[in-house]
Amino acid sequence: MLEQFNKAFESRIRLQIMSILVANESYDFTSLKELLEVTDGNLASHLKALEKEGYIAVNKSFVGRKPNTRYEATKQGIRAFKGHLEALEKLIKQQK
Amino acid sequence: MKEHEALAELSSIRSLMERSAKFISLHGLSGVLAGIYALIGAYCGYRMVYQAGTHLMYRQYYVNDQTVIVKLSLIALVVLFCSIGTAIILSTKKAKQKKQPIWNAASKGLLIYAGIPLLTGGLLILIFLYRGYFGIIAPACLIFYGLALVSGSHYTFKDIRWLGLSEIALGLLAAWMPGYGLLFWSAGFGVLHIVYGLIMYYK
Repeated sequence: MLEQFNKAFESRIRLQIMSILVANESYDFTSLKELLEVTDGNLASHLKALEKEGYIAVNKSFVGRKPNTRYEATKQGIRAFKGHLEALEKLIKQQK
Repeated sequence: MKEHEALAELSSIRSLMERSAKFISLHGLSGVLAGIYALIGAYCGYRMVYQAGTHLMYRQYYVNDQTVIVKLSLIALVVLFCSIGTAIILSTKKAKQKKQPIWNAASKGLLIYAGIPLLTGGLLILIFLYRGYFGIIAPACLIFYGLALVSGSHYTFKDIRWLGLSEIALGLLAAWMPGYGLLFWSAGFGVLHIVYGLIMYYK
């Protein structure tokens, strides 16, 4: 049962990041930070981890002179997120 | 992981997905107030267009007096600015209460997707005014405003889509029955706003 839970989503913030990216086409760093109320460093390290798993894609560009980093969920990431949700739902059904 | 933990996790995911994609700081009262401004504006317009004694019946004469047109446009602009101002003030207040940024991905989306039909409609109406197609202005206001709401509703409450569809239907009816423009205009911008504003407020 427990194997179905994705290790990458053990951290609550990573799961939250994925929920936001699955619900939106793409999301920028600042908006993620404001919504999740985390520090720059904390958010950056979790984003890096998700990127390493291949769950999110990073898109760096500039708006004027300001760097604008946008993140989006990859197909692989969406599949992993859905799998995790199904595992959660299964757990609830089993215990009923 | 326990059942209640899994449930809490699922509901927190759900709320985050909603909050990230939708602008939920819209205040129902701003709809009600916008409706009241529109009704006041419509009444002023009515006093100006219909001479004393005539009622809200089909006009045999056509509104084409330049000064009346300019005054009516000014009233409409004042109503528009008061409504937008109220909406911004109340939304900022609500966003602060919920500790949410007013300027986020969802409000940007709302502004862009509602803004495109709204701006198109606004420019088209200005062109109509300039070229003297006055009969088409009230229906065009309603239709383009409705389209803007439907297109922006993806980024906010679902009720907004129904408000938009109702405005479009009213606009089409208004186009079908020329001469009742002011009546449809007050129904669409006045009554519908108040009704939907109250529905949202009590949700």
